[in-house]
Amino acid sequence: MTEEPLALYIHWPFCAAKCPYCDFNSHVRERVDGARFARALLAELEHEAARAGRRRLASIFFGGGTPSLMDPDDVAALIARARALFDAEPSLEVTLEANPTSVERGRLAALRAAGVNRVSLGVQALDDSALRFLGRRHGAADAVAALEAARALFPRISFDLIYARPGQTEAAWRAELRQALALVADHLSLYQLTIEEGTRFATLYARGAFALPDPDTAARLYDATAEEAARAGLFPYEVSNYAVPGAESRHNLAYWRYGDHLGIGPGAHQRVLRAEGMEALRRHRGPEEWLARVERDGHGTASAEWLTPEERGREALLMGLRLAEGVDPARIAARSGLPFEALLDSAVLARALEEGYLAWTGGRLATTPEGRVRLDALLPALLR
Amino acid sequence: MTDTPLHLIRNFAIIAHIDHGKSTLADRLIQATGALSAREMKDQVLDNMEIERERGITIKAQTVRLSYRAKDGNTYVLNLMDTPGHVDFAYEVSRSLAACEGSLLVVDASQGVEAQTLANVYQAIEAGHEIVPVLNKIDLPAAEPERVKQQIEDVIGLSAEDAVMISAKTGLNIEGVLEAIVTRLPPPKGEAEAPLKALLVDSWYDSYLGVVVLVRVADGRLRKGQRIRMMSTGAVHTIEQVGVFTPKMAQVEDLGPGEVGYITAAIKTVADTKVGDTITDDRTPAAEPLPGFKPSVPVVWCGLYPVDADDFEKLRDSLAKLRLNDASFHYEPETSAALGFGFRCGFLGLLHLEIVQERLSREFGLELIATAPSVVYKITKTNGERMDLHNPADMPDMSVVKAIEEPWIKATILVPDEHLGAVLTLCNERRGQQVELTYVGNRAMAVYRLPLNEVVFDFYDRLKSVSRGYASFDYQMDGYAESDLVKISILVNGEPVDALAFMAHRSQAEKRGRAICEKLKELIPRQLFKIPIQAAIGGRIIARETISALAKDVTAKCYGGDITRKRKLLEKQKEGKKRMRQFGKVEIPQSAFIAALKMDA
Ligand SMILES: Nc1nc2c(ncn2[C@@H]2O[C@H](COP(=O)(O)OP(=O)(O)O)[C@@H](O)[C@H]2O)c(=O)[nH]1
Ligand SMILES: C[S@@+](CC[C@H](N)C(=O)[O-])C[C@H]1O[C@@H](n2cnc3c(N)ncnc32)[C@H](O)[C@@H]1O
Ligand code: SF4
Ligand SMILES: [Mg+2]
Repeated sequence: MTEEPLALYIHWPFCAAKCPYCDFNSHVRERVDGARFARALLAELEHEAARAGRRRLASIFFGGGTPSLMDPDDVAALIARARALFDAEPSLEVTLEANPTSVERGRLAALRAAGVNRVSLGVQALDDSALRFLGRRHGAADAVAALEAARALFPRISFDLIYARPGQTEAAWRAELRQALALVADHLSLYQLTIEEGTRFATLYARGAFALPDPDTAARLYDATAEEAARAGLFPYEVSNYAVPGAESRHNLAYWRYGDHLGIGPGAHQRVLRAEGMEALRRHRGPEEWLARVERDGHGTASAEWLTPEERGREALLMGLRLAEGVDPARIAARSGLPFEALLDSAVLARALEEGYLAWTGGRLATTPEGRVRLDALLPALLR
Repeated sequence: MTDTPLHLIRNFAIIAHIDHGKSTLADRLIQATGALSAREMKDQVLDNMEIERERGITIKAQTVRLSYRAKDGNTYVLNLMDTPGHVDFAYEVSRSLAACEGSLLVVDASQGVEAQTLANVYQAIEAGHEIVPVLNKIDLPAAEPERVKQQIEDVIGLSAEDAVMISAKTGLNIEGVLEAIVTRLPPPKGEAEAPLKALLVDSWYDSYLGVVVLVRVADGRLRKGQRIRMMSTGAVHTIEQVGVFTPKMAQVEDLGPGEVGYITAAIKTVADTKVGDTITDDRTPAAEPLPGFKPSVPVVWCGLYPVDADDFEKLRDSLAKLRLNDASFHYEPETSAALGFGFRCGFLGLLHLEIVQERLSREFGLELIATAPSVVYKITKTNGERMDLHNPADMPDMSVVKAIEEPWIKATILVPDEHLGAVLTLCNERRGQQVELTYVGNRAMAVYRLPLNEVVFDFYDRLKSVSRGYASFDYQMDGYAESDLVKISILVNGEPVDALAFMAHRSQAEKRGRAICEKLKELIPRQLFKIPIQAAIGGRIIARETISALAKDVTAKCYGGDITRKRKLLEKQKEGKKRMRQFGKVEIPQSAFIAALKMDA
């Protein structure tokens, strides 16, 4: 088997403010010694590259937090170092998550110059009152301006929207989405608002401060989303990701295909299939703790373990079945170390096929749209 | 102490409708005769069990020996039998009555005669008792002693002219009760020199003494060291202790004719003692046993299953321990496709069932699922074979069934006129046959024959609600009768769930089938696949509902950093699923299942 190319994730853990719905590893600090963090990221990259050996590199993803707050020079240095440590493929995809505030808009050109060739903009909504509800520090006009600036600079852009917000009707969401699709991106991430444990929204929601659409309404909004996207030529290739065919996020596809990925920075996760098996590794979450460890040990690893074949099979399937393309049984077997059939409950599989939740196409097993929207209920029954 | 001449002994029971003051009066009698010091006295001393005290009901018959110096200057031995106050335990009432010659009929002077008053008084009359009416609670402003006296005369046909007027609560005229016991109730009869004949009234397990046997001596004597023989089984034991209840257990030398007390004789389990049996002397046995009485038979059965399958052994041990003390409760192992390993348990009635369930959870810490209660049907097959059906799941195919008989009861219901209509409607809905409708003062008394099956579900609750709590109810078993009964199976996702099967009269089948399907639809949360819920008689579907598939359940964001968390959650869900009951590939949460079984079928 020829070794597959790597995906490299780099985490920037700081934000200007914490959004009330967000449970990402993001932190607000009065001052950030950006240069020092960037040095630590470089050090951890060196450390992992040494362990990984010289492999091909398919994608880099700067995620956060808000990586658009990084010094573009630091971004440039990290990209350059990664290109030097690995064999970058000619099509190397370098994505950076950017928030559409005016400050960050001003840095887009420098980020492009640093080697970023794809931006993912956190637009979240095209409605000012919704953006206020979501605690965002930008308005709809800022978002549009940022998109325009990005379009002029980057060959590929994507943006995120959050829907199924309190009181949002299907008609309102369709209108907002149409407006978004008219802003021409080749990729969109459209997330249903989720109340995550430990967030401010979780407290407010528990207190009854706002209500969310019931499952039936949410299902209708989800269907409407696919309809509107399809009209603009974007198709759902994953539960919440829509793209013009060919414009899918290469980096994120690596996750869903359960490919090897390195994770650098606070709280980053990593999966690499080595001779011994699948290594699952996780970095310390706290930015300062992570920094101190990298400066002392050369890496901020909090835990590293070898996954059992069953765990690998479950991970491969729970990710792969999110994709419209589904899973290739041979690949799942290779990534897990177990025969494909051993991973699934055959009775549930048969029933799900019969019910039209799963389908075999071209030797691949995939969820249908009906199955994908119920995936969390399907998985515990389907997986052994 | 034990050489009490017969004419100085009185054995009596107190009978009353629930809450009319039986236990309170017993307390006063104990106090007034100084059986317990003020320090030892607490309310309702005879209600020993925690549940009895909590619910304010007496479950086990209790006995206490009182010593009373009467106005005539003699000191009498008074044996008081406190009887259970609920229809489920009517049987225990009858055996307490068999050990006495007279009864105090306690009637709440503010309430008047109630259904249980009647049921109990008829039992006492049948037992040949002399009866002294006692009007209690005359301290209450609402007390109407004259009206209630009239009722007693009209309804029961008992002279109430000399009824003793008391307040058990304040202690007013307790002396009057004691004097009435001595002067108006007859002494026991018996021959000290005749061969021993003692009635086995009750028995229970004591962790220190082993099985304790409550006895009433008819003839002869019981002594420590005596070899006794159980006349029904021939089993021989040597008496270790003879004693009386003061109400504390106190050993005595012997017990003579007419006396009530206990013996211990190294008996292992209560199952070795048959209530109603006659105990005699092994060397000089009596020729004939005492009349005795029929053994109690469970009338209501249900399956009990541990919520956690690992608790099966614990449940078995706990049932065995309960049975040590409650011979009226029966159990046998049973398996259910839906619920796994458990026991089919037989009870005297619904209250008895509830109490056993509660004790299992309280005293033994067991979490249980109980299947719907079922009565015992008598099946005659086409080949002439007969069987008792305790569990609807065991119902043979209708093609081999010639006839099904179901148990009936005779119910007495007293209700104020304004609620009579609603009560009659309820009885008619439950296939009741009116036997009698008369008036007791300003209240109607309806006597109905009802199929027990129609009563075990929620008859009490419905009766209470349609009468706003004013109806009183009592019943006695009234034989079996053939009936057009069918077994209704409930199919979840096309598979019958044995634990949900039930019997119903054909005329009610569709209505009940529909009701349970609707209820299950409400209770079972939507799942991955749509689930048909059906009620069927044999192969014929009589009701159907569909639980639609859940609409949407998928994590919106799932990237590299989420894999571990997502997998762990999945593994936890799988673990949780293992603990859920599967019904035709459908997981029904415990709570929904329990609720489904609790509902009015
Ligand atoms: N006012 C009043 N209340 C009484 C009297 N006797 C009993 N009670 C109350 O009636 C209720 C039922 O009494 P209890 O002895 O438990 O009745 P039982 O169910 O027949 O044993 C209790 O709350 C007693 O306190 C009485 O003479 N007067
Ligand atoms: C790491 S965040 C994006 C980073 C960037 N700081 C931003 O806020 O634009 C990735 C995306 O996840 C989505 N997201 C985060 N929390 C969410 C939640 N609770 N419900 C739905 N979507 C959420 C948002 O659309 C967000 O843009
Ligand atoms: S949503 Fe983005 S900007 Fe808001 S706190 Fe999370 S990572 Fe930071
Ligand atoms: Mg009582």
